[in-house]
Amino acid sequence: MSETVLDVRDLEAGYEPGVPIVRGASITVRKGEIVVVLGPNGAGKSSFIKAIAGLVPITGGTVFLDGKDITAAPAHTMMRLGLAFVPQTENIFPLMSVEDNLKVACGVLERREIPSRLEEMYAAFPDLVRQRRAAAGNLSGGQRQMLAVARALIVHPKVLVLDEPSAGLSPKFVSMVFEMLAGIRKSGVTILLVEQNAKAALAIGDRAYVLVEGKDRHEGTASELWNDPVVAELYLGQRPSGASKGGAA
Amino acid sequence: MSLQFVVDGLLTGSMIGLGAIGVTLTYSILRFSNFAHGDFMAWGTYATLAVVSAIGATFGKIAPIAPLSFGWPLLVALVVGMAFTALLALLLDKVLFSRLRSQGQAIIVVMASFGASMALRSLLEFTFTSRPTYFSRAIQIAMPVGFGIRITPDQIALLLLTAVLVLGVHLLMTRTQTGRAMQALSQNAALARIVGIDVASVVRVTWVIGGALACVAGVMIGILVQIRPFMGFDMLLPMFAAAILGGIGSIPGAVLGGLIIGLAEAGAVQLIGAEWRAAVSFIILMAVLFVRPIGLFGVRER
Repeated sequence: MSETVLDVRDLEAGYEPGVPIVRGASITVRKGEIVVVLGPNGAGKSSFIKAIAGLVPITGGTVFLDGKDITAAPAHTMMRLGLAFVPQTENIFPLMSVEDNLKVACGVLERREIPSRLEEMYAAFPDLVRQRRAAAGNLSGGQRQMLAVARALIVHPKVLVLDEPSAGLSPKFVSMVFEMLAGIRKSGVTILLVEQNAKAALAIGDRAYVLVEGKDRHEGTASELWNDPVVAELYLGQRPSGASKGGAA
Repeated sequence: MSLQFVVDGLLTGSMIGLGAIGVTLTYSILRFSNFAHGDFMAWGTYATLAVVSAIGATFGKIAPIAPLSFGWPLLVALVVGMAFTALLALLLDKVLFSRLRSQGQAIIVVMASFGASMALRSLLEFTFTSRPTYFSRAIQIAMPVGFGIRITPDQIALLLLTAVLVLGVHLLMTRTQTGRAMQALSQNAALARIVGIDVASVVRVTWVIGGALACVAGVMIGILVQIRPFMGFDMLLPMFAAAILGGIGSIPGAVLGGLIIGLAEAGAVQLIGAEWRAAVSFIILMAVLFVRPIGLFGVRER
């Protein structure tokens, strides 16, 4: 078993004291994996992943990144610590150029590293090169998602954390985004994502957790969960009959 | 009509524009209208005056740098005054604005700035009286430069200083990591934290820039007009008009807005009389809000 990158233990979190949305959820993410967190609406998926990124107050439990306790780390230090978060919406700066959107995250890099990292990102996301001087607000939905992911990757994160990367995208862009994530994992990046679109996420994921009422209820490989009739029926939404091979890629 | 109004307008516009940079930055980054900004100008000017006097008392009379009306003591004092005003802005933020801001109601912060404005102004009146004072009482001979325009060496120096400062701030905003962080924070504060920006430090930089430039604008007024406790407060409406005309958040916009208002004011003085001067920025402000509320350089939010 390869080493654990992210280890979340009994996490409790919520915006108001005494009203936890996340109620003791635990997950682990190992190096090089894609781990998917699924669950019905209102299960606290989004709050869970935001709490890990330091954006929702944590009231209990621990978050370890590469063996280092980051439970109490403020959100703006997460990039430096190696956890790069991509929010669900409004995840680019619309009035800044594409290039400035990438550079704005480079504060944690050495100055001389920045030009080569920019070029690497442009090589990985050729769509962005043509638009590097354009305002990011002019990009299409899929390109915005690419830019947000590129901005997260530019700092060599230990784990890339995404909140519903397919939300609000047209079907064409949804498959594009998941192909992009599969490609990123191939380059050795560890990924944790929360998704509503269970089918597409399990197709690229290695393992998955199902979050219900703020707790992790089920855990398994992507194909196990996909083929588990109880899980499928209860939490993953309408599964087309005979889709049993929609498991891990 | 004499073209002299162009010089007068550019000078007034420079003072307005330098002040408007601070207004537009606090508005876009901290999301409130800082009514105390004019009083930063006045405090900076009095601080500069105090340092000039202290240097005069220590070193005796120092000859001005020909052909200007002032010598090195004013330049040294200006730098000290800028630092002082920046510290004043930081202090006011720490004891007042940041606490109210954390409660999340913008209107309370605006009201607090109004109170701070009155308190700061009254302290100046109490300490220095409301009688006008001057950096220098020397009369400068204005040089003719053609087209019926005359300009003094002081005026030329201050226009150049404005250009250098504006260019510097513009480059800071567009070419440096600090500037990108400021832009990011003004567009989406939550996302700014996610991409690793320390909001508290960006807020400090914002106050330092706004405070220091307010001091320069105040000292310009002090050199070219006079020093009074109300000098900054009287600039408040033109500064806000300039910031809104240029488009909130835009540095070039704030300066261009300042120049337009300065020129319009100076032109109006010639055409319809000095008593209408103050109405000009108000009319421009109203017109902008009616016709193009986002301003010249403003961009519609998403």
